[in-house]
Amino acid sequence: MSELVKLHYDVDGNDFAAAGEASMKIKKELRNLGFPQDIIRRIAIAVYEGEINMVIHADGGTADVSVGLDEIDITLADKGPGIPDVEKAMQKGWSTASEEVRSAGFGAGMGLPNMKKNTDEMEIETEVGVGTTIHMKVYVA
Amino acid sequence: MTVQELVDRLGLDPVALPHPEYEVTSGYVGDMPSWVMGNATEGCAWVTILNNRNIAAVAVLIEMACVIVTEGAGVSEEVAQVAMEQEVNLLCTEKSSFDTVARMAEFL
Ligand SMILES: Nc1ncnc2c1ncn2[C@@H]1O[C@H](COP(=O)(O)OP(=O)(O)OP(=O)(O)O)[C@@H](O)[C@H]1O
Ligand SMILES: [Mg+2]
Repeated sequence: MSELVKLHYDVDGNDFAAAGEASMKIKKELRNLGFPQDIIRRIAIAVYEGEINMVIHADGGTADVSVGLDEIDITLADKGPGIPDVEKAMQKGWSTASEEVRSAGFGAGMGLPNMKKNTDEMEIETEVGVGTTIHMKVYVA
Repeated sequence: MTVQELVDRLGLDPVALPHPEYEVTSGYVGDMPSWVMGNATEGCAWVTILNNRNIAAVAVLIEMACVIVTEGAGVSEEVAQVAMEQEVNLLCTEKSSFDTVARMAEFL
């Protein structure tokens, strides 16, 4: 698949209230590239949830987006604690968010399900103590 | 109905109002960002007690018409600043989320 554009962002893990910057930048880029609103919305939601997760559960990470002719590939990578039970983590309502994070409204356990719902493919590679990498694809053709 | 009309009719305090002309086409109530991201629709007025700067990101990503921070929760200078920078209409009220939505339901 030929790639048109590659985007890379570092996600700072220090301030969860400020999270969302990478998703907002990616959204702007995709809009400049002229993608349909529905595609942009789905990607914005998926990247936002992944970005927030990297901030609140993994002390930050990186977001890479590669825009191709027929699909948009998103890779979110962190060196956080990893996810011990991915099946459980994917369930709506499952969350290990701290009290502090919950007081800001996070911890509904809806982030990973939202990512799944809004993408055409999603794959989680994770190892406890090493980190988590999430690959997502959205078809555009 | 435009955001400006909503501000006038409900007597909301416009903390940031860069786009008073935005059309309000629906409403959403919720205080958990992931619920909002999963369910709110574009053009909505989002009613919430959340008041950290993350509300601006959510509003931008969903392309909301405005955010209404209720129950006197208020927002800090910093959050007001971020809303201006991100061109998010951010309104505050002392009224409860219930009262705010009840009023909105008369027009939407
Ligand atoms: N990048 C990550 N690193 C480590 N653990 C993660 C990561 N992403 C998710 N998790 C784990 O998976 C759980 C479920 O994630 P999910 O995003 O669905 O919910 P949440 O972040 O807890 O709450 P919400 O997204 O609704 O605010 C988290 O509570 C956490 O235990
Ligand atoms: Mg989450």
